Amino acid sequence: MKIINQIKLEFPSLSANEGFARSAAACFAAQLDPTLEEIGDIKTAVSEAVTNCIVHAYPDTIGKIVLRMKLCEGGLLEINVRDWGCGIGDLEQAMQPMYTTGGEERSGMGFTIMESFMDTLKVRSDRGKGTNVSMKRYIKQRKQLR
Amino acid sequence: MKIDTEYSAGRLRVLLYGELDHHGARYAVESIGEAIDNYLPRDLVLDLSGLSFMDSSGIAVIVRTNRRLQLCGGRMRIECPQAQPLKVLDASGIDRLVPVRVQREVTT
Repeated sequence: MKIINQIKLEFPSLSANEGFARSAAACFAAQLDPTLEEIGDIKTAVSEAVTNCIVHAYPDTIGKIVLRMKLCEGGLLEINVRDWGCGIGDLEQAMQPMYTTGGEERSGMGFTIMESFMDTLKVRSDRGKGTNVSMKRYIKQRKQLR
Repeated sequence: MKIDTEYSAGRLRVLLYGELDHHGARYAVESIGEAIDNYLPRDLVLDLSGLSFMDSSGIAVIVRTNRRLQLCGGRMRIECPQAQPLKVLDASGIDRLVPVRVQREVTT
């Protein structure tokens, strides 16, 4: 599918960057003329993915997070959140609702929310090498609906 | 984010403003916990009308607040969430644990 526009943002795993990352994602997605609900969904999914990097990938250190976004023909938005942290040991278990290794500060709903707010979610992780979260969301083309 | 509290006759209303994510969650838990310890309320209302964004970190704040309140014999509910926080609340199924009211409930 033809890429119309793309960005790459690199930032350290500081919790203050959660708001920056989701706001930047919302600004980039705005080119597709999304509804407020669609903007909210994108911000939520990006916030969850970035928070996972901060809390789980780099629990005792500050590491690198890269957010990539591609805007493709047909209203497709691709979002990629990559870290080079500790990785996920048991991916199947990590994606279960309410499962968390983050203690009582975490709800264990991050992947569940990403899954329900996006059209597709793919997670690849290698222990000690990091995690890559890929999400796709089709934004309804309102001009076509008229 | 910003938090205000209003207390009257055993009822504590906690008003959240701004965005609630992992960055602000610890402050939220501590502030709400302090208010619970100060007032030992019978009922706590978490008023989300001023909260423009919330992710799953907010769910953890709600679960912890509910647990803390139950320890002192209180109960809580959530009121007036905006559209995005409401969608996160719905996706999490938190209403099985804490009632969610989309409008302000009139109490007598």
